[in-house]
Amino acid sequence: MSRMEKRFPTKINMRRGKVDMTHGSGGRAMAQLIEELFAKNFDNELLAQGNDQALFDAPKGRMVMSVDGHVVSPLFFPGGDIGSLSVHGTINDVAMSGAVPLYLSAGFILEEGYPLADLEKIVISMAKAAKDAGVPVVTGDTKVVERGKGDGVFITTTGIGVVPDGLDISGANVRAGDVILISGHIGDHGVAIMSSRENLAFETQITSDSAALHGLVADMVAAVPEIHALRDPTRGGLAATLNEIAYQAEVGMKLFEENIPLRGEVDAACEFLGLDPLYVANEGKLVAFCPAAQAEKLLSVMRAHPLGRDSAIIGEVLEDDMGFVTMETGFGGTRIVDWLAGEQLPRIC
Amino acid sequence: MKYVDEFRDKALAKKLAKQIAEEADPSRQYNLMEFCGGHTHAIFRYGVQDLMPDNVHFVHGPGCPVCVLPIPRIDNAIELAEQGAIVCTYGDMMRVPASGKNSLIKAKAAGSDIRMVYSTMDALKIARDNPEREVVFFAIGFETTTPPTAVAIKVAAAEGLKNFSVFCNHVLTPAAIQHILQSPEVRELGQVHIDGFYGPSHVSSIIGSAPYDYFAEEFQKPVVIAGFEPLDVMQSTLMLIRQINEGRFEVENEYTRVVTPEGNEKAQDLVSEVFELRRAFEWRGLGEVPYSALKIKEEFAEYDAERRFTVTDSKGKDVKGCECPAILRGVKKPTDCKLFGTVCTPDNPMGSCMVSSEGSCAAYWSYGRFRLDRAKEAAE
Repeated sequence: MSRMEKRFPTKINMRRGKVDMTHGSGGRAMAQLIEELFAKNFDNELLAQGNDQALFDAPKGRMVMSVDGHVVSPLFFPGGDIGSLSVHGTINDVAMSGAVPLYLSAGFILEEGYPLADLEKIVISMAKAAKDAGVPVVTGDTKVVERGKGDGVFITTTGIGVVPDGLDISGANVRAGDVILISGHIGDHGVAIMSSRENLAFETQITSDSAALHGLVADMVAAVPEIHALRDPTRGGLAATLNEIAYQAEVGMKLFEENIPLRGEVDAACEFLGLDPLYVANEGKLVAFCPAAQAEKLLSVMRAHPLGRDSAIIGEVLEDDMGFVTMETGFGGTRIVDWLAGEQLPRIC
Repeated sequence: MKYVDEFRDKALAKKLAKQIAEEADPSRQYNLMEFCGGHTHAIFRYGVQDLMPDNVHFVHGPGCPVCVLPIPRIDNAIELAEQGAIVCTYGDMMRVPASGKNSLIKAKAAGSDIRMVYSTMDALKIARDNPEREVVFFAIGFETTTPPTAVAIKVAAAEGLKNFSVFCNHVLTPAAIQHILQSPEVRELGQVHIDGFYGPSHVSSIIGSAPYDYFAEEFQKPVVIAGFEPLDVMQSTLMLIRQINEGRFEVENEYTRVVTPEGNEKAQDLVSEVFELRRAFEWRGLGEVPYSALKIKEEFAEYDAERRFTVTDSKGKDVKGCECPAILRGVKKPTDCKLFGTVCTPDNPMGSCMVSSEGSCAAYWSYGRFRLDRAKEAAE
């Protein structure tokens, strides 16, 4: 039996307590928050080492690393919250290289006065998302800022993963003749967020599509290792993602509006809010580019996965030194699908 | 999407395109002005131009509410915010350039309390929630957005809200159309050929179709009131071509599902209860246009920001080289402007027409600029 003095004689009052400046001061209150909230929920061996860093064996092969800051407002929305979102977002950024995600880190910036009960909900949701994905949060950090200097909770997560041999997935590899696929309906996340905004609330059944896509990616790269590029169309929506890649690969693209999966409810919400669903954020979708010869095979693999059931071929890559992304509209005309100008929705991820 | 998809039907569009191609006389040109930015937006977003024969030209008019507001009025709104008021306005207004490379969004970043709202009711709520602050609704727009402003003023009066006022910039469509038709560029100089008009859709739902009878008669130009969906635009094009071919100049109503000859009389009554005509109002592009805007009646003076606050008389002018004024009159195309796509883009607008998706420069740039490149290639 250890004779160590008990560090915390009483438990933190998670039900009624609030974040205060001592929770970020480096003292006993911070240690207690870490132990009773973060370590308890993220529970894994590497975190249990109890050091300022997680120690693990480096896997063989090429590794990827990605970071993503999450400042979503509101913090809780239909289909998720900032906790699950911060896990999914970073896993997806890692997975879009074809990598198997291994570990996550999490940095919390908490605002003084934020209810601990809500923080606990976020951490539980985050821990569940990490557990479901099989990607543990192995190291973390907590800071507290004064009231008015944050917006409740900001979470930054970093992920690392290892890329299977034989894959070369990069936006720069996209070339004319490639086929463009998407893994499902666009715009769900952005519309779910909008519907829960305080000043804009409207009733909808739409929930965020927030999901970790590494399982889908693993099936895709196993079946079609020739995939040229993968990317998740988050902020700025499908339009921004395609423009980024067109610029990176110095190619043009042509989309077929009729083939782009879009739910009637999302279409309707965008219609009355004056938004274009092509620019609305997704958090559980990916866009894939592959040689035309493999497109049908890739499509069937995607459709066989629960997160890719509604996958579709939505366009093709063309030679175009101007790098235009154009779209044959459902009406029969053609238009540019440009970068987003200004901001369509504030703070969605 | 019910009641919308029907008006975006590809098969019907093809059929109409065929009919238009058959009926358009190849020996003449058809210059059709869409007054409203809503039509400009629909034409570009759905690629309607691609379905038209080469001799049917869309001439873009001044009907974009944020485009026509002159810089001094935006300077005034910024000044109200700088004096400490919470200024509320519709989204597009935020990025419209003011004097000195300022804009509402930049003033907001610099510390002013400027908020984007979706409706006048949101502005009222902000006033109720902040009783210690002055809340000014920066009201812009044509006849469509005027009734909600009237409602807000009436609600504020009924509730006895003491901290709410309206900076009124509501403008009138018929006065602007008349001004364009009377301009020397159209009447004498022949710089602008207009063979017919697409009448506004939402505006007409309020004012009805009757106010256009005068133009059709006086200026001998056909008017077809058109809905904002792409099939509405195509159907109206066919109706205009028929009128032109037959030498008729009538007001026809394509948008019968919404627009009646007398319009929405309840809304009209509301507007006339709260507002009265201004003797003149400056429009960007058109200059001073007599009786083309509204002001708040004496009876509601305490809700009139122009009476309640004092602002500097701004002499703000458009950026040098900006062709917005000529573009708004249909005299020039966006591509005739030296700033277009060089220093002026939707991300960094120099002129108002590059801001809103209803502005013709923004529509050209965001949806249609691949055509310019293709045309250049073909020419080479």
